[in-house]
Amino acid sequence: MSYDSIIIGAGLSGLAAGIRLAYYGKRVCILERHTTIGGLNSFYRLRGRNHDVGLHAVTNYSPPGGKRGPLNKILRQLRFQWEDFDLSPQCGSSVVFPGHTLRFNNQFDYFQAQIAEQFPQQIDGFRQLVTEIDAHNIGDLGQQWISTRERMAERISDPLLINMLLCPLMFYGSPSAHDMDFNQFVIMFRSIYQEGFARPYQGVRLILKNLTKKFKALGGELKLRAGVKQLLIEGKKVSGVVLDDGSILESQNVLSSAGSAETLQMCDVDVPRDDRFTPGDISFVETISVLDQQPAEFGHDETIVFYNDSEDFYYEQSKEPVDLRSGIICSPNNFKYDQPLKEGSIRITALANPDYWMSLPEEKYIEEKQYWYEEILKSSMRFIPDFRPHVLDIDTFTPRTIKKFTGHINGCVYGAPQKILDGTTPFNNLFLCGTDQGFLGIIGSMLSGISIANLHLLNPK
Amino acid sequence: MAPEQIRSVILDILARIAPDEDLSELDDSVPFREQMELDSMDFLDIVMELRKLYRVQIPEEDYGELVTMDSTVTYLTPLLKDAESTV
Repeated sequence: MSYDSIIIGAGLSGLAAGIRLAYYGKRVCILERHTTIGGLNSFYRLRGRNHDVGLHAVTNYSPPGGKRGPLNKILRQLRFQWEDFDLSPQCGSSVVFPGHTLRFNNQFDYFQAQIAEQFPQQIDGFRQLVTEIDAHNIGDLGQQWISTRERMAERISDPLLINMLLCPLMFYGSPSAHDMDFNQFVIMFRSIYQEGFARPYQGVRLILKNLTKKFKALGGELKLRAGVKQLLIEGKKVSGVVLDDGSILESQNVLSSAGSAETLQMCDVDVPRDDRFTPGDISFVETISVLDQQPAEFGHDETIVFYNDSEDFYYEQSKEPVDLRSGIICSPNNFKYDQPLKEGSIRITALANPDYWMSLPEEKYIEEKQYWYEEILKSSMRFIPDFRPHVLDIDTFTPRTIKKFTGHINGCVYGAPQKILDGTTPFNNLFLCGTDQGFLGIIGSMLSGISIANLHLLNPK
Repeated sequence: MAPEQIRSVILDILARIAPDEDLSELDDSVPFREQMELDSMDFLDIVMELRKLYRVQIPEEDYGELVTMDSTVTYLTPLLKDAESTV
């Protein structure tokens, strides 16, 4: 069996790329090792309840009728209508540091006003920074790593404001500790502060199911439980893939969303060392608490709260199993839906130490998940009313869970610190999309698959 | 295809790319970019749709010809004179 394109991974980027290729008549097959679709943004059912894996919110919100921005771009490219993603905007979110709370919603003016009110000395500098952000071209595939903290410090002199601005952006997309690449910063700044949060009533499964339906209707093939064990290399080219069960599939080209280092590890030859293909090491633990009330009933009506308990913000691989100093509180209920979700729930996410979680023996692992669930909740109670009496069911995932279901080294969520923006690899017909290519989030990952499919597989130079 | 048929083909492609757009108000002499905010990704899509439907190759240096409906139809008329409309 020979394909025009094989795509590794049925996550958002792989499915979006698959739709583009199938739409233009390519014979394309998506291979997924797991039993279900989604990758880093998947969903599952536990004790009769539906849960999302990664999704707190869809970023890059644009209201119906909008024409600009990444959301409208992917709707056009994938031939979807706005209604297909059923996005309800957020109620409002905040960044909470000692002595300061900056609120934001999907109106950027509101956020600017918050900064003007709380950091009056800084607002002019902030506006200059926004001008730089607006002028930045994220489409330039040749750009080098630039320190965001240095760029920000040229405009903003209060380190507290710098940390508060960075906190949500790092939590939602930085693969590197302490600082982030300016290009990534611009992508995240636009997607979170200037465009904003939304969520489909049914969660990420709605988007994934619509992608899969469209891909199959266009004649695309999707194989689940079909992990790629090895890429077959002939000289500078990939000729096909070997699956976990030993079967071989041939293809003219391969697009991998497995991660940059993870993809090179599958090659059956020695690949010259290239530091760009080094995996990231930032990962998280997330607790999910299902509640017998909607969060608004006990006084919590914010969509997402990013908290940090000192003026310094340590975005880094946690030295403890979990870093309790900071975190993210997400309430899937607090979006402007037409009707409330059936049950309340709160998700709290904090930085974690991948090695610690990977190395625990199974029994101890379960105990530790329970212990840290309680510690994370206790720590978050400084920023949210105590909801513990309302908890009906819990689940916790760790870097180990992420590694198990996505194959990402270190259970890394935002991929490698160095992005491969043009999606190329040492092999002429092997390309990368997804987290390690450079666009992040639900909308970003789809844009990644689309961009790389367009650039290399549909319009090769 | 006659120019009028080519116009319908382009409208059909635009409707596929931007299903939420009201195309009945489209002004044939005003750039698509201004009316629909089409960007370079969208123009590439028009080119690819034409390639898929009629096997017509539009070289990159000619993308500028696709600025308005009028200029697009003028540019495509000789290229598609022998093609059968699919719309």
